[in-house]
Parts: sequence; C-alpha cells; structure tokens
Amino acid sequence: MNPGEAFLEVRDLKTHFPVNKGLLFSRRVGAVKAVDGVSLSLRQGEILGLVGESGCGKSTLGRTILQLIHPTAGTVRLEGRELTDLRGATLRRARAAFQMVFQDPFASLNPRMTVFDALAEAMQTHRRIPREELPGRIGALLEKVGLPPQALRRYPHEFSGGQRQRIAIARALAVEPKLLVADEPVSALDVSIQAQIINLLARLSREMGLTLLFISHDLSVVKHIADRIAVMYLGRIVELGSATSVIEKPLHPYTKALISAVPIPDPRREAQRARILLPGDPPSPLNPPPGCPFHPRCLYAEPRCSEIVPKLEPFGAGGAEVSCIRAKDVNPP
Amino acid sequence: MSLLNVEKLSTSFHTRNGVVRAVRDVSFQLERGETLGIVGESGSGKSVTCYSIMGLIPQPPGRIEGGRAMFDGVDLLACSHGKLNSIRGRRISMIFQDAMTSLNPFLRIGEQLIEPLLIHEKINRNDAIARALHMLNAAGIPEAETRMNMYPHEFSGGMRQRVMIAMALITKPDLLIADEPTTALDVTVQAQILELIQKMQRELGMAVILVSHDLGVVSGFCDRVMVMYAGQVMESARTDDLFYDTKHPYTRALRQSIPALQMKGQELHTIPGQPPDMLCPPPGCPFAPRCERAVDYCAREEIRLLEVAPNHATACLRVQKEKLAV
Repeated sequence: MNPGEAFLEVRDLKTHFPVNKGLLFSRRVGAVKAVDGVSLSLRQGEILGLVGESGCGKSTLGRTILQLIHPTAGTVRLEGRELTDLRGATLRRARAAFQMVFQDPFASLNPRMTVFDALAEAMQTHRRIPREELPGRIGALLEKVGLPPQALRRYPHEFSGGQRQRIAIARALAVEPKLLVADEPVSALDVSIQAQIINLLARLSREMGLTLLFISHDLSVVKHIADRIAVMYLGRIVELGSATSVIEKPLHPYTKALISAVPIPDPRREAQRARILLPGDPPSPLNPPPGCPFHPRCLYAEPRCSEIVPKLEPFGAGGAEVSCIRAKDVNPP
Repeated sequence: MSLLNVEKLSTSFHTRNGVVRAVRDVSFQLERGETLGIVGESGSGKSVTCYSIMGLIPQPPGRIEGGRAMFDGVDLLACSHGKLNSIRGRRISMIFQDAMTSLNPFLRIGEQLIEPLLIHEKINRNDAIARALHMLNAAGIPEAETRMNMYPHEFSGGMRQRVMIAMALITKPDLLIADEPTTALDVTVQAQILELIQKMQRELGMAVILVSHDLGVVSGFCDRVMVMYAGQVMESARTDDLFYDTKHPYTRALRQSIPALQMKGQELHTIPGQPPDMLCPPPGCPFAPRCERAVDYCAREEIRLLEVAPNHATACLRVQKEKLAV
C-alpha cells in the first residue's frame, strides 16, 4: 500500500453489458453502460452510502468492486492490492477480505442448512478451524449480531425477515472481512425492523473497524448510517460529500430534486416545503443522452449541457464534489 | 350521511395451520371528498380491509366473519354480486401497488382504458375513446394518441401507474382506493404520482383511501390517518393530531423508528421484538409484548377503539384508563 493511498481505491471503473441481437449469428448492437467511469475512495472504518434510483447502476458498482462482475475497464485497489487482475484460486482466497450482504434474506440463505452449518461453512472456507472451536466462535458471532444461542440449530424459514438479515450479516462477518458491501440490506424489511438492522450495521462498523459500502435507494436510511454519501445517476456519480452536506446543502440539481421528493413524516413541514417535481423518468442506460446524463430532466439545463460531459470536481470549502458544469450558477454563494 | 361507513369488519383466512384473523372489528367512516390514510406494517391487515370492502377476498380460504360496509346506503358486504359489480369500477375504483401485474399484457392500453366505460355506461366506442384520450392527457401522459395503441410493457413503471390511475378514474368514481400506489416507484416518480392523485381528487371531488406503510407519504396527503397493527386499529385521528398529539405507543414507536432526513445521525429508536404470529396472536393488546408502556392488564384485557379526544380514537388501554380517571 502506497503512503497516502486510501483503504479502498476505485478508479475510472466501467462495467458495460453487451447487448446482442440475433440468436444464431448474434452480433453486438450496443452496450448497457451500467457503471460508466466511477472513482471513489474509502478510508478504513468509513461508511460510504451509495444512493440512486433503480437502474442507476449502484448494485452493479457494488458487485463490480467485489469482483462478482468483471469490470470493462478501471481499477479497484483494496489496501493497495489490485483486485481486478485476480483470477481463480487467488481471487477466491482474496475474498476473505471483502464480503457482501444482499437485499433479500429469503433468497440469500440456503433453506436446507441450519444456521450453524451455514456459518460453519463460511468460517471454514478461508481458514482451517478445529471442529471443537467452531461452536464457541459461532456462538460469539451470533451474539455479535444479536441472535439468541438457540438459533444455531434452526433453519432459515423459522426466522422472520429481520432475523434472517442478521444471519446473512453473521455469515458475511464469519470470514472476518475488512470491507463489507451491503446492497439494500433493509429494503425488504418493515420500518420497525429496519431500524434494528441499521443500528446493528452502524455498531459493527464502529466496533470492528469494518469499512462499509451501504447501497440504498432510500436517502433517509443512508443519511443515518453513512459518514459520506455518493449520489449516482445513470452509471455516474453526480455528487459526493459528507452525509450532512449532501442532505442539507445538496449541490447537484438531481440531488436537490431527490431530497425534495423524500416524504417527510411531519404534516406541517411537509405542507410548507417546496417540492421540485422532475419531469419524466430516468432515461435508459442503453441509450443515454449525450453530455450530462441528467440534462433532459434538469431544471437548470442549457444547450451546452447536452454537449459537455461533466466531471466530478471539488466545489466549495466543505470537501464536497459535484459533477455539473453549471454548479456555480445552481449554487450561488 | 357518510359516503362509506365500515362497522366492525372482521375477515379471517382459514388455512391448513389454523385461522388467521387478518382483520378484527375494524370500523371507520369516510366523508365525500375526504382522504383517509391507512398505515401499518406488512401483515397489519390494511390491504385486507380494502380488499374486503371491494369484495376481492378469495373465499375460501378467506371469509368475511362479520360487519357492514355501507356505501351510499348499500351494504357492500351483503349485497348481490350484480349490485356489487355495478358499484365497483364505476363508483368505487381501486389502484394497486404493481401496475405491471394489474394491466393485461395482451391488450393495448386504449382497449383497457375504455373497458370500464363500455361496461358501466351507455356510450359508443368513439366517444369512449375520446374520453380515454382526455383522461390520459389529464394523467400527464404525453402523446396520448400514440400511447393508446401501445402495450403495457412499452411503458415505464411511473407511466404504467399513470395509466392505471387514468383507468380507475375514467368513470369519475366517488371513491378511489389506492393500495400502496407508489411503493414500487422511485421517490422522484412517487412525488409525481402523488401529485397526480391529488390533482385528480380536486378535479373530481372524490374521496380517497390511501394504504401505505410510509408515514411520510401519509403525512402530506391525508386528512385523517388510521394506524393498524396485527389486524386491529390502534389509533385513528386527524393527521395533525396523530403526529403532534400521538395517543398510542405503537404510533409513537413507529414514528420514532423512521430514519427521517431531518434527524442527525443518532442511534435510531427501535421497537424490540417482532409483530405477533397471526396464527396465535397474544391475548389482550397485540402490541403489549413490544410496548414500553405496557402494564399487567394490557396482556389480559381485550382492546377496543375509544375516542379519548374529539375525533381522536385510540385502542391503548392505559391511555383510555388515564382519560377515564381524570
């Protein structure tokens, strides 16, 4: 690891999915640019929230960072080690350092394995652990995620959604990873259960020094857990900054609209605030508009927005970055 | 007279594992032009309440165990099938969470839009098509004429929801029941759809029942809110009162566990435990096992909704007793 290099360093990452036409003599007719030039860096122990609407590429970005999808271009360095070059057994061994928690805890656990077996399997994948040590270690893991010891002998179907998500988190932590990518981990859960899982992830990150990439479509959830927030639109990051600055002083027109659209559970505030209604739907990543991907829906767009592809650049003194050529006009001092 | 008056509605599902009492003794009224929000977590019975009123509960395994739902003098739960069909789709319309599965994938949008008109009104095809075009325009769908000839899969999620709304409102109903109409949509699109429903409500003067799990959506949209838990109504009040003068610990806990944008990144309030297993709900108040304020009698006495302030009813036994003691 070079001095000054971040714990996780993502540079110009691109993930394009080819679109083919024809069955027998299929030819490539285009590409879905799910992730199109993303750069990010995370400090050790930091929680970065990645938000965006469906189809913006946030899940693909998470999976590409973890090498579950091979990138089209760009680099991912974890503690100075290049991950995109790894293949086969080397990659498998390296996976001990980075794990994932998925959205649907009903699909991500094997229904035929007890909690003990599921956790033991994960634990033994990367290290040789004597059998007699397993119960103790697994018990400690269960306690860490807030499940009772009786849970060990039970099967996934015997648990509620929130408890299943705890099992999925325990399974990801079983290999003692340094980086955890959680892809919409609370979206399938009811609000009263959501809060439990958010608090759990925040506590684990604090106690274990775990670096967390928290992917969600829900800005309010992300605001609660993240140190910094990255906002994605159509495969690119349009704004990046500390959680408070992104929520309280959004710079990009898209972030402003996104925040104004989040319903406030407070009738008076809800009645008073100005809502920015965006016209239309997000465009298809198969055929993105030229220039700034947001310009067809942007309230500040001008002709040059459809020509110049904006870059993520620092704005102001707060360390926030925004990708908008009109950032100065949109945010007058 | 209220537009809709639901009294002691109870709906059960008779499953192999036992009887699930999905809705128990739910009562509420709705005036013309009023907006009622029904809030609750999954399994709280909010959708089953609406499906029961609309006669959409599959029987068996479902069964309406009792109660009345008086709509403009007609009991929707007891009237004949023919009578019900003359009300549904004409005077009461419903929109659902998932527009993709609610639209027929084999029919062009235009055909689906004019269907309710052809069924319920003496109208010729051309007039019906004109009305449909007008409705699509009102629902904010650009190039309505081209869109009429397209199939549901050619629309985006938000556009499909607009089509559903246009279809539901084409007969100018008195009541629209919207079951989680924006849950499957992104927030920027959700804002558009809620705005559209409000605009149409103003134009048509209809009453709306909005079912949602999201207190935020309800807070900006509804005149009154009813909070459900484990098949029962916990609290019912004017929206402002529900938020600023909360009378039920469950409502309070629910409000506090929402990660609101305005709050600093503090530890979120959590409700310990999980919602009860509806096959064997706990005796007494269903929320008692998770309630911070629960006392011994909460787990024993049956709860019922009582008015403790003007137009503000709660099912909390403690609040009721404190009120009576005063």
